[in-house]
Amino acid sequence: MKKSEVPQDESDLANANFRELCYATDEQGNYVTEKSTGWDVKAAALTNAVERIHRRTEEARQRMQEGKASPIAYYMELNRMDVVVLAQHVGLWRWRVKRHFDPARFSRLKEPLLRKYADAFNITVQQLKHPDLGA
Amino acid sequence: MSDQFPHKQSAHCENGVISGLLRYQGSAVSEPMVFGIGSGLIFCHIPFLMVDQAPAFTYRSMPGHIFRSFTKRVGIKMEQRKFNDHKEAQRALDASLDQGRPVGLQVGVYNLPYFPPEYRFHFNAHNLIVYGKRGDRYLISDPVMEVVTELSEVELEKVRFAKGAFAPKGQMYFPVSVPEEVDWRKAIHKGVARTSRDMLAPIPIVGYRGIHYTANLIRKWPAKVGKKKADHYLGQIVRMQEEIGTGGGGFRYIFAAFLQEASKLAEHPEWMPMSHRMTAIGDQWRDFALAASRIYRDRNAPAGSYNEVADMLDELAELEKQFFQDLKKTV
Repeated sequence: MKKSEVPQDESDLANANFRELCYATDEQGNYVTEKSTGWDVKAAALTNAVERIHRRTEEARQRMQEGKASPIAYYMELNRMDVVVLAQHVGLWRWRVKRHFDPARFSRLKEPLLRKYADAFNITVQQLKHPDLGA
Repeated sequence: MSDQFPHKQSAHCENGVISGLLRYQGSAVSEPMVFGIGSGLIFCHIPFLMVDQAPAFTYRSMPGHIFRSFTKRVGIKMEQRKFNDHKEAQRALDASLDQGRPVGLQVGVYNLPYFPPEYRFHFNAHNLIVYGKRGDRYLISDPVMEVVTELSEVELEKVRFAKGAFAPKGQMYFPVSVPEEVDWRKAIHKGVARTSRDMLAPIPIVGYRGIHYTANLIRKWPAKVGKKKADHYLGQIVRMQEEIGTGGGGFRYIFAAFLQEASKLAEHPEWMPMSHRMTAIGDQWRDFALAASRIYRDRNAPAGSYNEVADMLDELAELEKQFFQDLKKTV
């Protein structure tokens, strides 16, 4: 890639005043570095991935409102986690975390375990029990 | 304690932290040099692992590999510590700063406040340098950032003790001794030999064989998982190849820059044209990313287009096979 070809596209990076470093060649073919505001090609991949996360979070929120899933399932998506990551955060087996997606089981959870989940999500136990869905 | 740090932005964090810590001590080693000697280049499909619900691919070696290989090959002694106790971790950091010794830290990205929100994933193998403290705020030189930044005690503790895969456990490291005389030629040869070996490894998911393997996976995706997921998977490959930290072209450009610098240092004039060859290969990786993006940006992309990008990967695999067979003969 030539220095003049380093893409300077509009992106979330540019909006956050963030430029990344790329390696490219100058007219003599020597390597130099050049800052880039982003590249459409990968920005589209990132946008797709972020939209996918938003969609999953919305679905989890709906399932929770319909009483089909516990707030844990919702907060997990909201925090961009999956069962593996969440299980490591709370120090439980994956199958136990999955069981806590069940609203009935969730309502029987005791304070210490709720606290672990709340800490993993950076919220209070009250917020975990009664998610403020307007926010 | 120092309030000044010779901050220099780099493409990749691991190279950048090593390069930065050495620069502070007065030894200038460029990012491509660290990457090449530390044999950072690879291609690998990581089986059984799903990242963001897509198969995992990597264009560089495992986190920590560059660091360990580079310091070993150059003869730098490092001290590395992990902590169970959060307070102990902070005390050790403060003590080191009090002695005027900046340190490298492994951190999680998800809670880094200065990263754009879109980029905050549960990725725990990021590295940064702490070079001082003002009040309760740490002075940070994060190699992927353009300028230095700061983190509060609470913020830093959170990212040092992020949980999940590759949990940093407060890991802190700094060079204890740097040799006065370095046999650069030998170190470079070791890095080149190892990279060539890895890229030609007789393992189906690694090196050029791994690229062929990935091409075959791509051909199967549309029928196996449907267009929507196949697009997500394809997008994931492009992100691993081009996102922050790669320097573009899945680290191939950094490697080409390394060959260019090394050709003089290690007296290998034949690496100059090889560097140009690697640049051309990097360009072809960019072409692949562009072609892949046409698929995931277009809901109605024809089904046959997956085969076309897979063919591009097969060609890249053969180019890299030839390249590293030739490179191997030079060391």
